[in-house]
Amino acid sequence: MAAASALRATPLNPVHRALGAKLVDFGGWEMPVQYSGIIDEHQAVRRAVGLFDVSHMGEIEIRGPQAGELADFVATNYARKLKAGQAHYSGLLYGHGGFVDDILVHKVSEEHYFLCVNASNQEKDFAHIRESNRFDTEVELSSARYVQLAIQGPKGPATLQKLTSVDLSKIRYYWFTDGMVAGAPARMAHTGYTGEDGFEIYVAPEQAERIWNEVLAAGAEFGIKPCGLGARNTLRLEAGMALYGHEIDASISPLEAGLDWIVKFDKGDFVGREALERIRASGIKRKLAGLEMCGRGIARDGYEVYVEGVPAGWVTSGSPSPTLNQNIGLCYLPADRAKPGLPIQVMIRNQPVDAITVETPFYKRAN
Amino acid sequence: MYPQNFRYTKEHEWVRVDGDIGTIGITDHAQQELGDIVYVDLPKVGTHIAQGAGAGSVESVKAVSDIYAPVSGDVTEINGALADTPEKLNADPHGEAWLMKIKLSAPAEVSKLLSAEEYQKYIEAEK
Repeated sequence: MAAASALRATPLNPVHRALGAKLVDFGGWEMPVQYSGIIDEHQAVRRAVGLFDVSHMGEIEIRGPQAGELADFVATNYARKLKAGQAHYSGLLYGHGGFVDDILVHKVSEEHYFLCVNASNQEKDFAHIRESNRFDTEVELSSARYVQLAIQGPKGPATLQKLTSVDLSKIRYYWFTDGMVAGAPARMAHTGYTGEDGFEIYVAPEQAERIWNEVLAAGAEFGIKPCGLGARNTLRLEAGMALYGHEIDASISPLEAGLDWIVKFDKGDFVGREALERIRASGIKRKLAGLEMCGRGIARDGYEVYVEGVPAGWVTSGSPSPTLNQNIGLCYLPADRAKPGLPIQVMIRNQPVDAITVETPFYKRAN
Repeated sequence: MYPQNFRYTKEHEWVRVDGDIGTIGITDHAQQELGDIVYVDLPKVGTHIAQGAGAGSVESVKAVSDIYAPVSGDVTEINGALADTPEKLNADPHGEAWLMKIKLSAPAEVSKLLSAEEYQKYIEAEK
């Protein structure tokens, strides 16, 4: 694998190889795209539990007396409103209102915020946050200290519960706690990117292989499967969650991406605020919409979308949905057309194929 | 694994020639690389296809992969069953899940394709 040597790898890379995973270049990281198969892994998460290595994700920590002030200045959601032990989804924006990244903000304490950021954006995010740091805080890119595992599915909590004395039923959705997992210190967050129940845990790299194996053993009774980024993508798409580089990027603002809810205008100044106010005042031009294919074919990232025979937008993500047995996707459309029930055509290899806009998320778990 | 009576391309198609008809498919290596195949798009019967030109596509959950004609000729038959059961391409790519038949217009092209041994060496080297 001479070509692979330029890629970055997580500490679990040898474990993935031993499991027979298919490894691919994902934004400069050599990551497992699948083990047993994307559909099989997807169903394991929807029906029981799956284990993902998401250690390529980055961690950035903000510490100091004004940690909350910096978090609120660089990210769009209202970080100071979080309680210690609570987390939320947020956005880092450029001054022009486009996304630097989408992130999870965890408030560890008044003076410590822990951010989980996208793998290939982490250096950019770190530089961006430091540039805005006119507060009494220290910013650290601490990715090397963590391996992140996602234990996702209706049996995810039960699987993790076997490895910790912390009562996980007490941790509400989007809350987290620090404790021991299989005898090692871990941060256990009731978060995920699959639309399913489950936890994401952060552990030391030296413990990664042992804990990975302990989780697989603990989940064996439920039929746990190691899952790759392929299933992670189909799961998040069914749940209508954005993926950086697809639904959002530097040219897209949260208002267009349907992420108004992570922008809090009542919290004071933040990077991108002025631009968002301008965009809001002048009217949002395009909006993200869900689509379902009616004709045969799968909409893929970048395919053109036509409305009444005229080019009107583009597909940001598309895939077969293993849960719904439908070909689904997300696309940008003119804001006034981006409502469910609009007949559209997706250009698939120069052929218009009928589709219709639908509500998102495509899938919502029962509880 | 790779039948001796097939010829192969570096794009991972195979062709089996019976008289002037070539049956075309994708290789086991190709289906493994693609993963779960969910959609097969084939040309219409009667279409003339030149060697190396696009002859439809195969989609897995993750990606689209073009099929390139290993030989030139007119499409005489397509495997219509794959429209409803594309997963057969994962299960039996060298047999039941053939893609199309082509009436060869330049049979000499066949001898320039890879033999089973050459193809196997080629994919080993690619790994």
